Amino acid sequence: MLSGILVFNQKGENLIFRAFRPDCRPRLADIFRIQVISNPQVRSPILTLGSTTFSHVKHENIYISAVTKSNANAAIVFEFLYRFISLGKGYFSKFDEEAVKNNFVLIYELLDEILDFGYPQNTDVDVLKLYITPDNISSAIRSTSQPTSQALADTSRITSQATGAQSWRRGDIKYRKNEAFVDVIEDVNLLMSATGTILRADVSGHIVMRAYLTGTPECKFGLNDQLLLNQSADAPNPGITGNVDGSRKATKAAAGSVELEDCQFHQCVQLSKFDADRTISFIPPDGEFELMRYRATSNINLPFRVHAIVRELGTTRVEYSIAIKSNFGPKLFATNVTIRIPTPLNTASTTIRTTQGKAKYEPSENCIVWKISRFAGGSEYVCSAEAQLGSTTSQKVWSRPPLSLGFSLLMFTSSGLLVRYLKVFEKGGYSSVKWVRYMTRAGSYEIRF
Amino acid sequence: MAMNRVRNAFAPPRKGETFELRAGLVSQYAYERKEAIQKTIMAMTLGKDVSALFPDVLKNIATPDLDQKKLVYLYLMNYAKSHPDLCILAVNTFVQDSEDPNPLVRALAIRTMGCIRVDKMIDYMEDPLRKTLRDESPYVRKTAAICVAKLFDLNPTMCIDNGFLEALQEMIGDPNPMVVANSVQALAEINESAPETKALQVNNNSLKKMLMALNECTEWGRVTILTVLAEYKSADMKEAEHICERVVPQFQHVNSSVVLSAVKAVFLHMRYINAETAKSYLKKMAPPLVTLVSSAPEVQYVALRNIDLLLQKQPDILSKELRVFFCKYNDPPYVKFQKLEIMVRIANESNVDQLLAELKEYALEVDMDFVRRAVKAIGQVAIKIESASERCVNALLDLINSKVNYVVQEVIVIIKDIFRKYPGYEGIIPTLCKCIDELDEPNARASLIWIVGEYAEKISNAGDILAGFVDGFSEEFSQTQLQILTAVVKLFLKRPQAAQGLVQKVLQAATADCDNPDIRDRAFVYWRLLSNTTDQNAPKNIILSEKPPITTTIKSLPPALLDRLLLELSTLASVYHKPPEQFVGQGRFGADAVQQAAIEEQMQNARENPIAAVAAAQAAGGQAPQEVQNNAENLLDIDFDGAAPASTAEKPLNGMTGLEGLAGTPQRVESPAVGTSSQPPANNNLDDLLGVFGNGNATTSSSGFGGMSDNDIMNGFASMDLSGSQQPPPPQQQLQGASKKTNEDLLSLF
Repeated sequence: MLSGILVFNQKGENLIFRAFRPDCRPRLADIFRIQVISNPQVRSPILTLGSTTFSHVKHENIYISAVTKSNANAAIVFEFLYRFISLGKGYFSKFDEEAVKNNFVLIYELLDEILDFGYPQNTDVDVLKLYITPDNISSAIRSTSQPTSQALADTSRITSQATGAQSWRRGDIKYRKNEAFVDVIEDVNLLMSATGTILRADVSGHIVMRAYLTGTPECKFGLNDQLLLNQSADAPNPGITGNVDGSRKATKAAAGSVELEDCQFHQCVQLSKFDADRTISFIPPDGEFELMRYRATSNINLPFRVHAIVRELGTTRVEYSIAIKSNFGPKLFATNVTIRIPTPLNTASTTIRTTQGKAKYEPSENCIVWKISRFAGGSEYVCSAEAQLGSTTSQKVWSRPPLSLGFSLLMFTSSGLLVRYLKVFEKGGYSSVKWVRYMTRAGSYEIRF
Repeated sequence: MAMNRVRNAFAPPRKGETFELRAGLVSQYAYERKEAIQKTIMAMTLGKDVSALFPDVLKNIATPDLDQKKLVYLYLMNYAKSHPDLCILAVNTFVQDSEDPNPLVRALAIRTMGCIRVDKMIDYMEDPLRKTLRDESPYVRKTAAICVAKLFDLNPTMCIDNGFLEALQEMIGDPNPMVVANSVQALAEINESAPETKALQVNNNSLKKMLMALNECTEWGRVTILTVLAEYKSADMKEAEHICERVVPQFQHVNSSVVLSAVKAVFLHMRYINAETAKSYLKKMAPPLVTLVSSAPEVQYVALRNIDLLLQKQPDILSKELRVFFCKYNDPPYVKFQKLEIMVRIANESNVDQLLAELKEYALEVDMDFVRRAVKAIGQVAIKIESASERCVNALLDLINSKVNYVVQEVIVIIKDIFRKYPGYEGIIPTLCKCIDELDEPNARASLIWIVGEYAEKISNAGDILAGFVDGFSEEFSQTQLQILTAVVKLFLKRPQAAQGLVQKVLQAATADCDNPDIRDRAFVYWRLLSNTTDQNAPKNIILSEKPPITTTIKSLPPALLDRLLLELSTLASVYHKPPEQFVGQGRFGADAVQQAAIEEQMQNARENPIAAVAAAQAAGGQAPQEVQNNAENLLDIDFDGAAPASTAEKPLNGMTGLEGLAGTPQRVESPAVGTSSQPPANNNLDDLLGVFGNGNATTSSSGFGGMSDNDIMNGFASMDLSGSQQPPPPQQQLQGASKKTNEDLLSLF
């Protein structure tokens, strides 16, 4: 498996070098620097030299590289590197060169804990935070000087939790007010051709939950998932099983059901149960976590329609006429709508007129950015612009990158997904309050022209 | 005085970083000591040699501060090798720590002990390890389980004699899922490095245990268990069914490596269950695979390479999912290229329109490499799906009209292939001939000349076109020369009166003024054939013989290799599409194997870098030689220092030269072999190189010649794959090119 983890900055300085196996030699850092960092031609994230394989990812301004000498599991390697990054983010809020330099002791400590002999161990940030803490002087558990019985009980509890079946939750959590927040967040991906046909439209959604619940509650979660609904319709007494707990009628799709292409769950969800009868049941970790991700590809409601006409007039001018129309109920409104209209690299100046919002030419990004802070449903706005091009020596044609959109829209789901119920069962038998929120954002919302 | 001076010279320096660190390490204040340790570790990371501080750091090992202890341990692990004797001083602390009431400390001690690879330490490990394996805390047990693997790596006999393997095998039944996973992992590693120990024998009982743990352990543990399950040979159909049933829920896991491992396990066990159920599993497999395509680009790349493999075995699992593989504007190139390949693989009659529209879009982008591949993909689709061929050809003609130079050239090459499958599209030849002056790549020129030769009787001015090429014969690339030769002879056979003079001229030029033996030889063969008087029809029968149409231009792996790689799903082997022994060195190679590895690695470097791969495949001008030179440099950069671990220092038994003798690891030999080449070793390499090339291409060959790429086999396209650039390519390549050409020349005659 992994022989070592190396972290570099952009200049190629080695910030972290942690070998897990004897075959990871210090010299390898130089090789990586020469072969990857100072080599602009690298076109693959995996590089094998001799029998040494470097797999690297770049994050912010650092390179993180895993070294292996065996036929390692490449999927694990990259998953692990990304997990390492998110761990870094969880600890230092930002995982970049500065964070690494300031916290290198802690990072060594983390690496020691999450990898043993090159095999990934528990990488759950919440659990790790229990016994690897950023501030050095903290809690009694870290000091072995006078082992009080309390401290001992603590450590054995922590360690058994780090390895236990529910490694994600402590047993002794207490809240005065038991609350659970469910956020359904959907990213709409769209690829539309120049002629207006939809080449690809899908939704990748995730459901983020913030659970503030006492004890070890068992939760059951229901969606208007087509397979599940069909199933319950087949049952002798279909009934209206789950009255939606905290949800409001958000869209007209509420009546219908959604066909989920695929879903993936947080490790707390009992996959075998889902496989058997599509119920989502779990014991949630404390605080915020991503409960599930899903993908839907059929019946996607596109919140915006964009109609773009771009004409290149000779070699000196490009004329734009962009119309954007919102496609959702008039009571809703989208916020932070940004439309990026690419311009040729040799654009000298622009003239822009818009019917709503502000548009500005951003030379550094080679595009006109048109921002509309509040976009009500059922309305349509137009932007017409012209770009004057400077003369250029390069004969390269303009690649016409696609126009892209960014927005966020509350109380709307592109896939039509709804939360039908969230039930919490706990020995204490307390009642809990649940909140549901829906949001649709732009994933890669691209329109070719 | 003198004595004093000498003493001073040997005394530790009184200033400098090391001195300051040392002062800090022995300070009376705890916080100063801790700070000094931190600084020492920092210096160690930067690559400075701070091993001189070993005794001073060691003094700080007995500390109640867990942070500090971890740092000292980290230092120990790094420098234990340089001070094996002093390590003995740390043993006591380790042994004490392994009995500490705090499980974190116990685990830390046993984890670190395993990483200190010094004989003396190993002697003391036995007792603590035995205790910790039975520790009450699962956290300590799971750490100890891995430690057994560490110990086995250091000293297998001691590990076996003490019964640690049996202990591990027992631990598969541990109530804690993570302990189970780590025990399985440790056993799997031991089993792999020393199969004779039979460390991991899955039986009914342990299978049950693992399946239980599967649902409960961490994501990484799941991968471990799934991998072992995939390798397990199920006893009967029922067992296979049971395994599939239990594994399928893991498709829904958020971690893509779990998903891929689950896919692997199900895919391999599916072979033993009835077809109906297997089909339903295949269906369930598609959505999670598609989901992987929306993950981070690197993960995506691994997933795409694996999907490629799966598709070669089961071509129709993703046929409805074409849209998912459409390239996004900011996908990194390696992802884009792979997506293109997959799209072509899943193309069928129902989605071909969609695909074609998309490919046309790509062909208008500006990234040259990507555009070429897109054009190539259109050609592959045309040849794959007969009903779509006309649309594809029209699309290609549109692209010719775009007048973008590199697009036109690529289109010509592709159309040549299309003619080899559908000879009926001759109506487009005039359009092709119009761009004759724009072609400057040997490959494109050769393709066009082949087309002219093949349809000589239908092109009225074929003679004029070829005459133009014959005039500049000596300046052409050798592969183009070969084509000119063949085309002129074809023209002569079809219309003797038109080409009488031309054929004389070209044969003269090829035999008298040409240095390249391949061209000369081919010319001589033609000459003799043409001057043969006994059988007037012989030349026609041979040179104009009917050629069977090609069936596909999509590259696939040979079935045996494919089956092999399916066992390796989600590993590096599956990313490279090569069996692991080709890139994993054990440091115990014999001389031949070392050389083999060197060659293969060079090829692999070329393949890794898609540009280079294209260059190798298409001989795109000067790119290839440059790349090879690059590689040579790469190799030279590697490791000439003596940092090799002691274990690899054993020399190969039959080292032939001093160079081989030097080598403990493969990479150190290849540098001389590549760097200086043109020596006898390079000659040896030749066969291997050819072998490898042959493997790569052989499968696409549609005829029985085998071993040659289909590109070359039918039409005398000799050396199409190889560089024909004007700059002298590195000797190795030249040699390789030469011998390959000879082979093919002969073949092309028939």
